[in-house]
Amino acid sequence: MSSVNPAPYDAPETEAARPRDEWPLWEIFIRGQHGLNHRHVGSLHAADAEMAVKNARDVYTRRNEGVSIWAVEARHIAASSPSDKGPFYEPAQSKVYRHPTFFDIPDEAGHM
Amino acid sequence: MTPQDLFQYLLRLGDNTLVLGHRTSEWCGTGPVLEEDIALANTALDLIGQTQMWLGYAGEVESEGRSADDLAMLRDVWDFRNVLLVEQPNGDFGQTMMRQFLFDLWHDLMLANLQKSADPRIAEIAEKASKEVRYHLERSTDTVVGLGDGSPESHRRMQAALNLLWPYVGELFVPDDIDAAAVAAGIGPDPAGIGAQYRNLADEVMARATLAIPSDPFAHKGGKSGFRHTEHLGHMLTEMQWLQRAYPGATW
Repeated sequence: MSSVNPAPYDAPETEAARPRDEWPLWEIFIRGQHGLNHRHVGSLHAADAEMAVKNARDVYTRRNEGVSIWAVEARHIAASSPSDKGPFYEPAQSKVYRHPTFFDIPDEAGHM
Repeated sequence: MTPQDLFQYLLRLGDNTLVLGHRTSEWCGTGPVLEEDIALANTALDLIGQTQMWLGYAGEVESEGRSADDLAMLRDVWDFRNVLLVEQPNGDFGQTMMRQFLFDLWHDLMLANLQKSADPRIAEIAEKASKEVRYHLERSTDTVVGLGDGSPESHRRMQAALNLLWPYVGELFVPDDIDAAAVAAGIGPDPAGIGAQYRNLADEVMARATLAIPSDPFAHKGGKSGFRHTEHLGHMLTEMQWLQRAYPGATW
C-alpha cells in the first residue's frame, strides 16, 4: 500500500532521540440523538481542546451517534480512589431507610 | 453544453475525488496516531462516496450503460480526468495533509459554486458533498497551521511539501473549452474566477503556518484534459483496479 516515491525518512541521528512526547489524554462525552445527558464514550489523545473535539468527531461519531461533544482533559477529572472503597461506600449499604421504599404512594400520585 | 462535454466535466469532478480518496485510503492502518488514522479513513470514505454520485451521474449522461464502478475500475490511465495534484504520492504525513489542504480549499470553493448550478443534479450532489468538504478543510487547515508553525522539523517538512506540491495547484485554475461550455450553460464556475479567492485564502493560512508559497508561477498541467498524467497515476491504478482486472465482475 506504500506510495511510489515516499519522501525520504530522516532517521534520528543520535541515540539520544527521546521517545516521542504523547499528546495529553482527553475523556470524551457525547450526547446522543435522543439522550438527555452527555455520556462518557471513551478517551483519546489530542494536542489541545479544539483538536480533541475534532478527533472525537472522527473517532466516536462515525455512525451518527451524537449531536453534541464534550472533551475534558483527563488530568482535570478528580476521581475517588479504589482504596477508599470501604470508608466511601460500605457505610451506605446498611442504611436501607435511605431508600424511599417505606412509603405508600397514594393512588392519585400515579406511577412514579 | 453537449452530453459529451458534460460527461467530461463530471469525470473531472468524480476522478478528483476517486483518486484522492484512494490515495488517502493508502494511510489506513498506518497513520501516525490512531486519531489521525481514523480521520484520514473518514475523509477517504467521504471522497469515495462523492465519487459514486459524480461517476454515477456521468454514466447516466454518457448513456452507454457504464456504472460508477465500471468507470472507476475499468478505465485506463489516459481516460482519467483528475488534476495532477491528487495523484501525487502520499510522502510523509505532512505532505499528505498539505496535498489535502491544497485540494480541500479548491474543493470547498468549487462546491459552493456548483450548488448554484443550472443542472439540478449537480447542485444536489454539491450540496451534500459541501458539508463533508467543509470539515475536511477545517481539519487540513488546522494540521497545516499546526505543523507549519510547529517544531523546526515539522516546519521543514511542511515547507518542503508546499514547495513540492504548489506547482500542481495552478492546473485547478486554468480554463479550457469544457470549462467555458460549463460557464456558458450556467453549470459550473469559471476556474480562473475561483483562483483569486483561493490565493487570498491560501495566503492567509500559509501566513499563520509561517510557510512561504513559492514565487515561481510555473504550473504542471495535463491531468484534467487527460493529455499527460504523471507516472504516479498508472501505478496507483494497478493497485486500485487489480481485483476487477484479475477477476472481472467479482462482487462481495
